[in-house]
Amino acid sequence: MLMKMISPTDQMHHEKRGLSETPIRERAMNEERGRTGRDAMSPHQISDRGRDQRVASLAGKARKPFPQRFNVAAGLLAAALSLAAIAPASAYVAFVSNEKGNTVSVIDTDSWTVTKTIKVGQRPRGIAFTRDGKFVMVAVGDDDTIQVIDAKKMEVVDTLPSGPDPELFAQDAQGKTLYVANENDNTVTVLDLEKRIRIGDVQVGVEPEGMMLSPDGKILICTSETTNMAHFIDTATRKIVANVLVDARPRYAEFKSDGSELWVSAEIGGTVSIIDPAKREVTGKIKFAVPGLRSEAIQPVGIALTKDGKTGFVALGPANRVAVVDGTTHEVKKYLLVGQRVWHMEFTPDEKYLLVTNGVSNDVSVIDVAAQKVIKTIQVGELPWGITIAQP
Amino acid sequence: MTVTTVHSPAPARSGFSAGEYVTCLIGIVWREGLRFLHQRERFVSALVRPLVWLFIFAAGFRQVLGISIIPPYETYILYEVYIAPGLMAMIQLFNGMQSSLSMVYDREMGNMRTLLVSPLPRGYLLFCKLLAGTAVSVLQVYAFLVIAWFWDITPPPMGYLTVLPALILSGLMLGALGMLISSGIKQLENFAGVMNFVIFPMFFASSALYPLWRVEEGSPWLAYLCETNPFTHAVELIRFALYGKLNWVSLAVVGGCTAVFMIGAILAYDPSRGFVRRGPGGEA
Repeated sequence: MLMKMISPTDQMHHEKRGLSETPIRERAMNEERGRTGRDAMSPHQISDRGRDQRVASLAGKARKPFPQRFNVAAGLLAAALSLAAIAPASAYVAFVSNEKGNTVSVIDTDSWTVTKTIKVGQRPRGIAFTRDGKFVMVAVGDDDTIQVIDAKKMEVVDTLPSGPDPELFAQDAQGKTLYVANENDNTVTVLDLEKRIRIGDVQVGVEPEGMMLSPDGKILICTSETTNMAHFIDTATRKIVANVLVDARPRYAEFKSDGSELWVSAEIGGTVSIIDPAKREVTGKIKFAVPGLRSEAIQPVGIALTKDGKTGFVALGPANRVAVVDGTTHEVKKYLLVGQRVWHMEFTPDEKYLLVTNGVSNDVSVIDVAAQKVIKTIQVGELPWGITIAQP
Repeated sequence: MTVTTVHSPAPARSGFSAGEYVTCLIGIVWREGLRFLHQRERFVSALVRPLVWLFIFAAGFRQVLGISIIPPYETYILYEVYIAPGLMAMIQLFNGMQSSLSMVYDREMGNMRTLLVSPLPRGYLLFCKLLAGTAVSVLQVYAFLVIAWFWDITPPPMGYLTVLPALILSGLMLGALGMLISSGIKQLENFAGVMNFVIFPMFFASSALYPLWRVEEGSPWLAYLCETNPFTHAVELIRFALYGKLNWVSLAVVGGCTAVFMIGAILAYDPSRGFVRRGPGGEA
């Protein structure tokens, strides 16, 4: 497998294979890898509770549904417990995939230190907690698979099937279905997370990367880096229903939590396209200009939007800046200096902090969201790429 | 400390109440404050100098830091943020030298005689003068910080408080140095020499404008020189204090230098040993 550095232009030379005519390729995937029947992560462990719910109910650890009239009492109890345990309630763990170091760094958000480094497969990139917060899935591209890390034991316990060179993935709100972008295969692989098998493929443009589900879960967005498109895939039929042309090398897509806007970053184009998901057309573009920097150095990649949709953060790659964008007017308010080649980002669940990975300087910068200031930078492994955060 | 080191035949040294000492202190500080306020150009120029550095020089040298995290900073910073503590120390350096200039002026004009005929111990009088100069420099620094805040140099709010002791100490050190130098200056015109031989070398051979690791890349010898420069430690003391941290080495160096310079200045101003002997044409 070709080992690649993520320099901004090196992927231009890839063989163009074009868009396939067949939008769907349903296949029986069970023969693949022979790992699908394993029960290291049994189906009930990937529960259907959303992460937000999990965070909200965590203080009480009250898993069983209470009858209505007990809700107040339970709420008070939960509040009391959370007050009693105020320090652990604010601490989260961040898992950072180090693309070149073939490791995952675990950061404690209380002490802002790396507490553990986990060895994983080759070229780890896309990384995300399962919805129940018990496992972390990491796409190891050069091993053509997705590894599953037990968040408690902090070791790789299983693998999930994928196509060749998985890069980023998205899971539905229930945590039942996983959609994986396979960079070298121009396909999106659909996995059943409970049975842990491949249940389908969707043929997309060349070098699919950004993956994002609409808040209602009906539409999957996949951006293909070389085709320069955001594909709208109907998750029920697994067919492409629309292709929206954006600027060169779209890297990442992010919905506003109310589904009213879709933001797609274009690395080479240097813009973020604002797409109306209903009309499926580009309605505006965010442009960036950092004083003293060449425009080629501005390469938007990761995007994070606050839940209220009022503020957006865009990582500008080798510009070493994160742009703070007004979510309504789409105007850039300021640029925050972070490490070199800033790539992906993730909020802590309480949205107090935003953590960004700096690939070339091998660290993670912490942004205070309210103050819009970088407060700290933490050294991690080699070439940090993706990041995911949850309550331990 | 000041009292014991005085050799002057000040009469009835022990016979003053604390109130009298305070009156004297207030009087000197007040006079220095008044003079500062009345010389508006001095206030403006004290502010303009660091701002020119901040707005113009720093803009051109934005990339000089490269990408590195230098304590006490916990993340990457812009060059403007880096040189802010250096400019704060620069304000104090100029102010310290300017106070010394004013002492030469006072001596030429005869005001010094008025001051020195005070029955209070001479060491104490000089210390008051030093404190007055430091108070003025601290005011200038805070005025600078207010303007810098609009330029996105925003240290943590507590930093504005924690930097105060560092500013007082570094102000005293630089003021004492100025006083020591001024004891050797006979005429106002010699101040240009002070600029050339004291202010510029001290300022440039320090960590005010560039971090020492950068200097070391160019010349290890120069880096060593910078490291032994007390001004470097004044800058670092201020830099750390501005971010709520304490640099013990700098504190020790600045504290030690303050004591040495102050003792030196008091000894040099002693009429029986200081400039009187050197300047037969002078006053007293």
